[in-house]
Amino acid sequence: MTKYTYTEKKDTRSGFGAGLLELGRTNENVVALCADLTGSLKMTDFQKAYPERFFQVGIAEANMMGMAAGMTIGGKIPFTGTFANFSTGRVYDQIRQSIAYSGKNVKICASHAGLTLGEDGATHQILEDLGMMKMLPHMTVINPCDYNQTKAATIAIAAHIGPVYLRFGRPSMPIFTPADQKFEIGKALKLIDGHDVSIFATGHLVWEAILAEAMLADKGIKAEVINIHTIKPLDAKAILDSAQKTGCVVSAEEHQMNGGLGDNIAQLLARFNPMPMEMVAVNDSFGESGIPHELMEKYGLSAKNIVEAAEKAIGRKK
Amino acid sequence: MTELPNIQELQKTATQVRRDILRMVHGCQSGHPGGSLGCTDFLVALYFYHLNHDRSFNINGVGEDLFFLSNGHISPVWYSVLARSGYFDVKELATFRKINSRLQGHPATEENLPGIRIASGSLGQGLSVALGAAQVKKMNDDKSLVFVLMGDGELQEGQVWEAAMYAAHNKVDNVIATIDYNGQQIDGQVNEILSLKDLGAKWSAFGWHVIESHGNDMDEIVKKIAHAKSLTGKGKPVLNIMTTDMGYGVDFMTGSHKWHGVAPDDKQLENALSQLDETLGDY
Repeated sequence: MTKYTYTEKKDTRSGFGAGLLELGRTNENVVALCADLTGSLKMTDFQKAYPERFFQVGIAEANMMGMAAGMTIGGKIPFTGTFANFSTGRVYDQIRQSIAYSGKNVKICASHAGLTLGEDGATHQILEDLGMMKMLPHMTVINPCDYNQTKAATIAIAAHIGPVYLRFGRPSMPIFTPADQKFEIGKALKLIDGHDVSIFATGHLVWEAILAEAMLADKGIKAEVINIHTIKPLDAKAILDSAQKTGCVVSAEEHQMNGGLGDNIAQLLARFNPMPMEMVAVNDSFGESGIPHELMEKYGLSAKNIVEAAEKAIGRKK
Repeated sequence: MTELPNIQELQKTATQVRRDILRMVHGCQSGHPGGSLGCTDFLVALYFYHLNHDRSFNINGVGEDLFFLSNGHISPVWYSVLARSGYFDVKELATFRKINSRLQGHPATEENLPGIRIASGSLGQGLSVALGAAQVKKMNDDKSLVFVLMGDGELQEGQVWEAAMYAAHNKVDNVIATIDYNGQQIDGQVNEILSLKDLGAKWSAFGWHVIESHGNDMDEIVKKIAHAKSLTGKGKPVLNIMTTDMGYGVDFMTGSHKWHGVAPDDKQLENALSQLDETLGDY
């Protein structure tokens, strides 16, 4: 299978900005709202190109979510933009009642998710957002892995009718998926074939999983790496098929272990095919200030941790 | 609205709606009669005279005036007014708050009840929704209006003031917000729980055009809604501070927060209905 390399690094939020700009050109119903973070969300190009479809709401996220819900009445497709923390925890009830329960076609676009937000520290490093969003009925939850995939996902969610949570981040990350990819919501992507262990990774951890696979290969272990860009609806078939083949599983995510992707995979395995599983995730703690890669190491989210988890899972096979 | 309002007809409708409210709340022994009775005249004036609306119901409401109920707990009055307007069969009012009903305790879209465009109940969210819908009307060059009703206790929610700032700053002048100013909330009088102080001055300071009205005088409320409509399109959002009596129309319920969320028993229902003539036929 493909060997994954990269020549360029970019932030996933810029992929969102590029996707939004393209939607501005191709879909006149797309409107954007932002709560005083236009530059951080990379929404400036859309704002400049389509000022009549851009709504600056100020530092008032609750009002932004309510307005976005109201804008669907009349046929618009609103994209809200702010940090992941302010896109979820701060406005959970607004999203729950006015968007999810009301079945509104709002796209909640959330940047600076997780530890890789870095120096701003734990107040802004939300690690609970995927859990909160995936629990809501009607909500689709997407966490792409690089610039190209985030751009493709941004474009794809406009064509999906219903509320979507799209999560991306701040740091520059390797671009290793193709620029011309078609993004299919709910479809897991097998990146590397293997037979000893299945690694299911999402978001920034997908690249770490690719690095981990090479480290495992050096030890004679053949790991399968699958990119779970859609947390909900989860591609149960892809997960169960791979797990059946390898007999043990590792999940990897920049999120709390409680309520993250790993929980959903464990739920699937428990119901349909119980087997050894290890989880690479933040273990019930808040983050702290620091440089992203230092934080990922300290909180156990690096390739090295995935390697250790894989070896442990393999060791637990009967 | 070109034809003149028939105030007596509107009053007759309001009386029937009040009977519906009491019977619905009694039927499931839960729900909120107080605010529903207080806002009956306003909602009847809106749906049976002022609102340009299509009873066949399209959720997008293009070319129609829209109404949003932010204080969703007064769902009984809205359901009755919608049914009496022709959105659905009045018989369905008997299912209120019962299992498998489209008439949920608080308004919802999940069961596709005609007339409802968004869920409400968790307070403070309706004005924001109305502003979003109003902005889209402007984008679509749709000259119709967006109405929203809020409770006075609801104004204790911070989101209301976020929305109030947005509307004035962005000149959302196709919105008419009405506050049901009955002075009561669950735990007691609003002035004792968390005072709104000078409410009109607050909204004026936020940049709204503020009018005041009495919401249990049909003739006046019809005129005041007309006045509010005449103030739209002038660069400012419009606020109608509407004084009402909680529980209006039933003597032992009037003016007391005790009937905010309590259903009458059989005897109380009988007493209440004896004060309200059946005008259009009970469901």
